[in-house]
Amino acid sequence: MTDITANGEKPSSINLVKVLGPTHVWALGVGIVLVGEFMGWNYSVEKGGALGSIIACWIIGLLYTCVAMIDSEVTSTVAAAGGQYTQAKHTTGPLMAFNVGLYLVLAYTMLEAADIFVFGDLIRIASESLGAEAGMVDARPFVLLAVSALAFLNYRGVFMALSVNFLITAVAFFSIIVLVVAYQFGIFTAEPLQHEGLGMGSLPYGWMGVLASFQFGIWYYLGIEGTCQAAEEVRSCGRSLPLGTMTGMITLLIAAALTWYVCAGSLPWEYLGTALAPLYDSARVSGSTVLIVLLWVGTVFSALASANGCINDAARAWFSMGRDRYLPQFFAAVHPKYRTPYRAIIFLIPIAASFGFLQLLAPTITFSILSGLLGYTFMPINMFRFRGKWPLNTIKRGYIHPFHPIPSLVLLALCAATYIAVFLGFGTQLLAMMVFYIVASVWFVLFRYKYVQRGDQFTMAWPRPKGY
Amino acid sequence: MFDFLQFRGPWDLIQAGAWLVSIALLLWMVWDAIRVSQQYSEDILTSSQEGVDELAMQQDGHKRG
Repeated sequence: MTDITANGEKPSSINLVKVLGPTHVWALGVGIVLVGEFMGWNYSVEKGGALGSIIACWIIGLLYTCVAMIDSEVTSTVAAAGGQYTQAKHTTGPLMAFNVGLYLVLAYTMLEAADIFVFGDLIRIASESLGAEAGMVDARPFVLLAVSALAFLNYRGVFMALSVNFLITAVAFFSIIVLVVAYQFGIFTAEPLQHEGLGMGSLPYGWMGVLASFQFGIWYYLGIEGTCQAAEEVRSCGRSLPLGTMTGMITLLIAAALTWYVCAGSLPWEYLGTALAPLYDSARVSGSTVLIVLLWVGTVFSALASANGCINDAARAWFSMGRDRYLPQFFAAVHPKYRTPYRAIIFLIPIAASFGFLQLLAPTITFSILSGLLGYTFMPINMFRFRGKWPLNTIKRGYIHPFHPIPSLVLLALCAATYIAVFLGFGTQLLAMMVFYIVASVWFVLFRYKYVQRGDQFTMAWPRPKGY
Repeated sequence: MFDFLQFRGPWDLIQAGAWLVSIALLLWMVWDAIRVSQQYSEDILTSSQEGVDELAMQQDGHKRG
């Protein structure tokens, strides 16, 4: 790519460039999520036991399958950066769009902060394993290194950023497969998987425990909806985006089930429910140096892939809001050479880095999950309005999800159940976050809405919506 | 006062390297962003439009040409 046109003149307009394919979409979606398999999901075991955790894994898997189906249909027609934000401005209205945009930016930026913190901590843990004195190695330089190197990669172009994501995500996924195969067939380890003996087969806290485990079941899949942010940079959006998203979802369902299977069979459920990195711990129990190193690498790569995808997605959402003047138009700049939203990328670095430095993993990730959950609650509403305003056959869809309205109704019901679960564990944070979004909405209506040019926002070449 | 300058082992070097590389990358991005802003007008930099497919337009142009 160059910053000049073919005849040597400066371009009259600069757009994001379509260079991505379905593998990049897969890498973006799975890359953001896969870190949740390496850590986080296991707190669902503490709430509901091993059996409760796998029930949560499947039910929340159903929630995310509905999310992926709905997203695939709407995004296959809305080929623009911003994902659900852009969908909201087309189907619902500016205030909803502003809120959805904010959910996206905060969900991804907070997840990025958690990822880089985990990366720094993994380096610190490795240094102590290699002989450094406890407390001598500071995680912060590695936190900053992760965010600056990944931001640099994103700054220089989306193709390279997501190609790298594909590679490191594939290695992380491969490490899970190797661990499962090693335990199952006794390669590298003689330790057997013993689900019954380690507490599988009962619900220690009953069905209320299963409900409570939903909030952590989200970790298995949180972020797959991020594939939508690539819509403006994907070739053949109508084909590539649903393909990448649905194959990503299938990959995650497999990875989640395998992760639970190997961890629940190798670690006692009482320990598993509180472990920091359960897959790594499972490798340590095997006693094999090969597996320990491989799973450490897998954990590090999954954290980096997630942070990389989050930088990509948060910047696109911020950029799109700037382009529509929901935020200062300054953020809508595209780099003339690299064709990336470079100002949005730079602006979000200090926010992620500062939360990464604070080393508050639980509040940061809770903020991310709750923002994501608010976004998922919008999706059924979005789907009903989309199908209502533009019924089938009125506009060309790259993908039509089956059984409408059942996925939307299921998603709505599962979101309601997950709110109850979140309230049980993080009631104060949930209420505090609701207050934050209400205050932000008031700010938008009073001080920002006057800059929004409503007519310019409807960019899709669609017919007039039904009823208008 | 200058305890942090004492060399305690290879991890001190690795940490210092991580700080330096991070700061260098961040400074390069800021420098490049300022340079681009000076070379191009704000109207051009913020001229992107949703859903515009430059590759498709180029291919159409080649076919017509």
